[in-house]
Amino acid sequence: MKMKALKAAFPYTIPICAGFTFLGLAYGIYMNSLGFSFVYPMLMSMTIFAGSMEFVAANLLVSGFHPLHAFFLTLMVNARHLFYGISMLDKYKNVGKKKWYLIYGMCDESFSINCTTQPPEGVDKGWFMFFVTLLNQCYWVIGSTLGGILGSFVTFNTKGIDFVMTALFVVIFLDQWFSQKRHLPAIVGVAASAVCLMLFGADNFIIPSMLLILAVLTLAKKSFEGKEMGS
Amino acid sequence: MSLSTGQAVIMIGAVVLGTLTTRFLPFLIFPDNRPTPKYIQYLGKVLPFAVIGLLVVYCVKSVPVLTWPYGLPEGIAVLGIVLLHWWKRNMLLSIGGGTILYMLLVQLVFV
Repeated sequence: MKMKALKAAFPYTIPICAGFTFLGLAYGIYMNSLGFSFVYPMLMSMTIFAGSMEFVAANLLVSGFHPLHAFFLTLMVNARHLFYGISMLDKYKNVGKKKWYLIYGMCDESFSINCTTQPPEGVDKGWFMFFVTLLNQCYWVIGSTLGGILGSFVTFNTKGIDFVMTALFVVIFLDQWFSQKRHLPAIVGVAASAVCLMLFGADNFIIPSMLLILAVLTLAKKSFEGKEMGS
Repeated sequence: MSLSTGQAVIMIGAVVLGTLTTRFLPFLIFPDNRPTPKYIQYLGKVLPFAVIGLLVVYCVKSVPVLTWPYGLPEGIAVLGIVLLHWWKRNMLLSIGGGTILYMLLVQLVFV
């Protein structure tokens, strides 16, 4: 039963394999360029397993000892998981103990496959989702570990490689932009953060930004939903 | 500033704890699949887009825009990513291309 589910899950994860290996490599090399041994990206990929947050965490690790700040920043960066969870309440039911790993490993990519894919006839749903999640995590851990190891053999000038994180978020932002007709949330996100950055400075703008975003989006709820119904 | 190994482990632990919280909380709050409040559903729809906007700003927060090179390498590279992504819609190509463009800019042009 397990083999069957593994075989069914693997094809769905091939695109993720390419993406995670590449991004994982970049992440490992980035960590290496910050002076961390490959053990850091490897363990962080196994324990945190949230790609974008791991890039942010790399930054946090070189900007001082502020665990509370790190915790709250993580809550905000990963707030989207709350909504993945809400969408998966039903799907992750009745899968036994695997449920806990499914929740633990619910990165954007595993979520999007598990949320949208119906396993083929005769394949156990729980094991299928389990292997999708596990395979994706393996790709990411292997990629970032390799990057961390290869980073020390890299002979080209890596100055500027940290831009991979900016590039990642800009591309996610664009993907979301192209996929949506209504751009208000995205604009609020950028504008509120930019305003708070100017007001509070680079070190203290995240929490005010989040509050401002919540406030503006809450105020916009009526008009947002009203228009949606009208459109 | 560099952290001791112990401090680094605590920092990573804080990030792990934060991530676990965001992933497990819905399953703890809505164990019996009670209907999700309307407000939470609304936030679920709009917040993911706003948060990515916040993250983009977070990435460029320390770029000096008032002194040379006035954020030009970042601006040009982001523009490159937008054009590449508009054109090909290929995530890896856009990320790889944008990063390489930025590296060339800071290593060869804006040295």
